Amino acid sequence: MTLTLSRRTFLETASAAALVVGFSSRGALATTSGDASQFNPFVKIDADGRVTAIVKHFEMGQGTTTGLPTLIAEELGVDLDEVAVEFAPSDAGRYANLLFGGAQGTGGSTSMANSYMQYRQAGAAARQMLLAAAAEEWDADPSALDLSGGMITGAGRSEPIARFVAAAAAMDVPGEPTLKNPQAFTLIGNPRTSRRDTGPKIDGSARFAMDVQLDDQFVAVVKRSPRFGGTVVSMDASAAGDVPGFVNAVVLPTNAGVVVYARDTWAAFQACDAVAVDWDFSAAENRSSEEIRAELLDAVAAPPEFVARKGPGMDGAGALLDGAAQVVEADFFLPWLCHAPMEPLTCTIEPTADGVTLHDGCQFQTGAHQAVAAVLGLPAESISINTLYAGGSFGRRATMTADYIVEAALAFAMTDRTRPIKLVWSREDDLAGGAYRPAFAHRVRVGLDGDGTIVAWDHRIAGKPVFKGTPFEQWIVRNGVDHTSVEGAVDTLYGIPGQFVGLTDLASPITVNWWRSVGHSHTAFVMESMMDMAARAAGRDPVSWRLDHLQGDAADQQRLAGVLRLVAQESGWGQPPEPGRARGVAAHKSFGTYVAQVVEVSRDAKGATRIERVTCAVDCGVAVNPDVVKAQMEGGIGFGIGHVMRNEITFDQGEVVEWNFPDYEPLRISDVGRIDVHIVPSSEPPSGVGEPGVPPAGPALANAIAVDGPRVTMLPMTQNGVRFA
Amino acid sequence: MRTTLKVNGRSVDVDVADGMPLLWVLRDELKLTGTKYGCGVASCGACTVHVDGVPLRSCVTYPEDIEGAEVTTIEGLATREGRAVQQAWAELDVVQCGYCQSGQIMSAAGLLAENGRPDPDEIDGYMEGNVCRCATYQRVRAAVARAAEILEDDS
Repeated sequence: MTLTLSRRTFLETASAAALVVGFSSRGALATTSGDASQFNPFVKIDADGRVTAIVKHFEMGQGTTTGLPTLIAEELGVDLDEVAVEFAPSDAGRYANLLFGGAQGTGGSTSMANSYMQYRQAGAAARQMLLAAAAEEWDADPSALDLSGGMITGAGRSEPIARFVAAAAAMDVPGEPTLKNPQAFTLIGNPRTSRRDTGPKIDGSARFAMDVQLDDQFVAVVKRSPRFGGTVVSMDASAAGDVPGFVNAVVLPTNAGVVVYARDTWAAFQACDAVAVDWDFSAAENRSSEEIRAELLDAVAAPPEFVARKGPGMDGAGALLDGAAQVVEADFFLPWLCHAPMEPLTCTIEPTADGVTLHDGCQFQTGAHQAVAAVLGLPAESISINTLYAGGSFGRRATMTADYIVEAALAFAMTDRTRPIKLVWSREDDLAGGAYRPAFAHRVRVGLDGDGTIVAWDHRIAGKPVFKGTPFEQWIVRNGVDHTSVEGAVDTLYGIPGQFVGLTDLASPITVNWWRSVGHSHTAFVMESMMDMAARAAGRDPVSWRLDHLQGDAADQQRLAGVLRLVAQESGWGQPPEPGRARGVAAHKSFGTYVAQVVEVSRDAKGATRIERVTCAVDCGVAVNPDVVKAQMEGGIGFGIGHVMRNEITFDQGEVVEWNFPDYEPLRISDVGRIDVHIVPSSEPPSGVGEPGVPPAGPALANAIAVDGPRVTMLPMTQNGVRFA
Repeated sequence: MRTTLKVNGRSVDVDVADGMPLLWVLRDELKLTGTKYGCGVASCGACTVHVDGVPLRSCVTYPEDIEGAEVTTIEGLATREGRAVQQAWAELDVVQCGYCQSGQIMSAAGLLAENGRPDPDEIDGYMEGNVCRCATYQRVRAAVARAAEILEDDS
């Protein structure tokens, strides 16, 4: 991945910005009309000198509304606290994710990785324009002037940037602004910078999509098929008529469900419950989860459908295994999982003079924009997107089909299009609503030679692919292999000779999606459990044995080894834990970031396990906001541990069994003790931190439990012999 | 159903459907959207408000049962404990997505009103009902302890 934004790209972006205000209106920027002045797509400075950072990524908690303004404040020379934040409009021409092939959106832990140079250049360009304006007025050499703390100083004078905004905005945008020497950074890498979104999130004023309250809006709730792939035969809404506030119920044109409209959310929920629907399940998923689980476990015992990594041959690593001194083997099952962000899915479509505005915690603006345009038959330019704070996502708010956004557009389309329609999913809708982390089975056989070194690795994986069959598959699917089904296994950084990876797809109408860390959410559990089992079979320490398999010169291997060494040091790995405690380790690279974790557990007199402490080491290149990096590791650890402890979505003859948090029990405060995060100092380009904290957490816990307890390979743990305190 | 509620120090007349929980009265009728919907079954704590100073889940609290009582939402939180909690939350940058944080803060303020010096187990016990899918728990625990410190220094 290259993070260097070419001069050409920046010029194109910059000229796109000029187009926004129009070349002919450049003069307007030079006036002090009080209007905000757009220096470039990412920086506005108004006549009072107030700087606004235009953030092209949505904020789901990962810290973009802090990280991207930090880059601008650093290069521009203003205090971070003084920078206001605005979410960018939907405009892929200006706000594309540089790693998303021209589309505007957030995901894959790319926000900082793709923005780092772009936002620094945006801040530096504005700085250069301001300095040039001051130099002109003071008749000074711009290189003799400095801008910091919002003040321009030099030539014996010092004045606030507000003085020069008008003149500066009229300047040409520099093509290649001079960036700060990283040695001079005061904000990037500063552990004391604080989040820009804390204030509104602690006084209730932060606006989430669920908080949209427009005049005359109706709330729409959809009654969906209780089985994936079911369709409406008929419906009876007569009982809903008794619900005060009920407006109407209409079958979706897709026949996938019934839209129930009401005057408020509570009425919509009540009316939706009262609507009776007769479903056709002939093309639906009618199996129970036990049957699907058995099918997946059978699939990994049979020849695979596709070969993801050939290794010793298309038939697997069997011959090499035959020659091994010992073979360590295990079957794994990782269940269906729901993202369950705290804010259930919702968005509002508001009619405007010439089209609509979508109010959404919008993760993938370009996809949402196109979906709304297609459903409503509107030209793209008549649609705008108001991106609001998202109450978590973990991948759920961006789907291949823009599912809930399409639902909202359909719900709006079926009205007279004069009122805003706010689509709301209940928590029950969320848990039963699909877009799950697909269930996966793995079978792994690892061959060790007489010295305990790996000589063969035969790995079979089965599950429903996320990308295959979607418009995005061209980027991800090769030779039948959906890379997200095998990532983290086929590209392991361990030096493993003779690695074979086979894949078999599951066919099912159950809808699936990327789930925080995507394929790594299951492959890392398997890889790191197997590495631990193999180390123990070889009679070796799990850390030093891993390091033995990271001996190459490649930076990749060295950086993973680096976080392993750091986590070992910080967790006290070299000394035995206190009596009654055990430690497990795991390390994994995902999304360009290297993370190792040690989980320390205790077991009480009744045999219940308690997670006492987690130590984490992360190498994400430059840590722009170290405290945000730490927070993402803390959160990733919680997310990674919570699901292996006790989460699964199950089906009874196709119907989702789990209905709400009482039976899809999220991680709670008492579940995890102390977490310590250590960041590897680095000058490498920044990589992502939203997802990489997740993959090692589950296997580190499993490895800790296995020290003097069961080796759990079937998840969740609570269904497979582990009790937690 | 017509009823009069006292919300954030103001008396408000509302006319809502029978059975509508306080959560939806606050959000959809009074437009006080700081109180969040997360589960609707008192299982996540996102909807926590104070009723006469005591944290309650507004998704299972009904207007007719709290007539005459003082309802406080995050928008109106102004107690000594509440301010200390908000200060600690800011110092430690607890929030991530932020959706559950109104509820976390209302619960934490309730805890400190009851127990000015909670130990970590007491914090965990009291905050157990507040789910955070971002798993900000480590900072919640630390921030409650910090708020207790702020209150002690202040007294």
